[in-house]
Amino acid sequence: MTKIVTENLHLHYGENHALRGINLNILTNKITALIGPSGCGKSTYLKTLNRMNDNVPNVKISGQVLLDSEDIYGGTVDVTKLRKKVGMVFQSPNPFPMSIYDNAAYGLRIHGVKKRLLIDEIVERSLRGAAIWDEVKDRLKTPALALSGGQQQRLCIARTLAVSPEVILMDEPTSALDPISTMKIEELMSELTKQYTVVIVTHNMQQAARISDYTAFFLLGEMIEYDETNRIFAAPKNPRTENYITGRFG
Amino acid sequence: MTARNAFDAELDALNLELVKMGGMIEEAIENSVAAFKNQDNALAQLVADGDAKVDDMEKRIETRCLSLIIRQQPVAKDLRLISAALKVITDMERIGDNAEDIARLSMAITGEHIFDVVKHIPQMSECALKMVHDAVTAFVNHDLTLAKTIIDTDDVVDNLFCDVKAEISEVLKRGMDIHNNTVDFLMIAKYLERIADHAVNICEWAEFSQTGKHKDKQIL
Repeated sequence: MTKIVTENLHLHYGENHALRGINLNILTNKITALIGPSGCGKSTYLKTLNRMNDNVPNVKISGQVLLDSEDIYGGTVDVTKLRKKVGMVFQSPNPFPMSIYDNAAYGLRIHGVKKRLLIDEIVERSLRGAAIWDEVKDRLKTPALALSGGQQQRLCIARTLAVSPEVILMDEPTSALDPISTMKIEELMSELTKQYTVVIVTHNMQQAARISDYTAFFLLGEMIEYDETNRIFAAPKNPRTENYITGRFG
Repeated sequence: MTARNAFDAELDALNLELVKMGGMIEEAIENSVAAFKNQDNALAQLVADGDAKVDDMEKRIETRCLSLIIRQQPVAKDLRLISAALKVITDMERIGDNAEDIARLSMAITGEHIFDVVKHIPQMSECALKMVHDAVTAFVNHDLTLAKTIIDTDDVVDNLFCDVKAEISEVLKRGMDIHNNTVDFLMIAKYLERIADHAVNICEWAEFSQTGKHKDKQIL
């Protein structure tokens, strides 16, 4: 089943034509990895999926991004609601300078949830969902910034989960983490696909091969090849994909 | 300009070792058949003793491939090439064993040859030897046209094997097996037929290394 349909998506940053007619379907409850050299447009594409590019000056977007058949660039779309449905985890862990509990509860509160018991319940569920509950359950009131980098990133994932998204966008979520923390996040991602659709940008080819179900290769603003991850890493059809994943350029 | 000269140099070195191993087994086949034809026990012993070197070469290439997998974490064509090399060296090692088997059998053969009746063994050996040479060449040069030609040639060797079997039946029917060697002739023909089969296997791995297909089935 398709969660997101992208049709002929173009994006310009001023004169810079950053996305050139992207057609790509993101499948429900699957992990889709976006790979490609720096500047190829993969992060830009990721950000179009929850309109994070809206605030970039001189940005011009054409084409369509359909989430459950609804055009997210349609005039009536509430961007705050869209970002609740399509959450995002960034490259560097960015917990707010507040307690672990308050970080996890943040999204709920800004969406108007006030019942303490309900917030408690969702905070616990989210922290469990992000595989960090056992490590923090006895110190929920301590500052989030006291956590390790890997724990902070899982807390950020919990913060995203707390508002019950349907899609989670991850922009190089483990690039700042050590191998053990990376492994925990990767394990967590497989669990997440039981409930969520995940799109991840990664520069780590082995990571894309390990965790994703589908892979899309971007180059110079174009989507060059999309296929099952096994196919991409075993026998890609396009020689440019082959050259990139085997390290012959980039 | 490649961004990975060191890895490419290691792949070239792997190819070179495959060519060397190919040369070793070709020499073993040639010498074992020569020893058989000329009843040259010293040459046969040389082949038998030399098989350990082929085995060592197999281990060396195996180690090189595994080391490349660990250090380079190859994908796509590189992964197919290295994994195919691991399969190919097993076939090459078996070819070496078959050459040793022929050499050891030839040492046991006594008395007059029956080449005037069992005529097709030399032709079989020439054909099998060429198949092995071409198969290794096809693999290292990624030459799928050559690989296909060799796969088709296998029928020729199989037919020659049938000819040898018919000839041996004739020997037995005529009661010409005065030295009880005839079954050994049949065994030697069978080893040559197996050598040709291993050459075909090498060609099938050559196809896999380029396309991900093995015997027309996409396995990667």
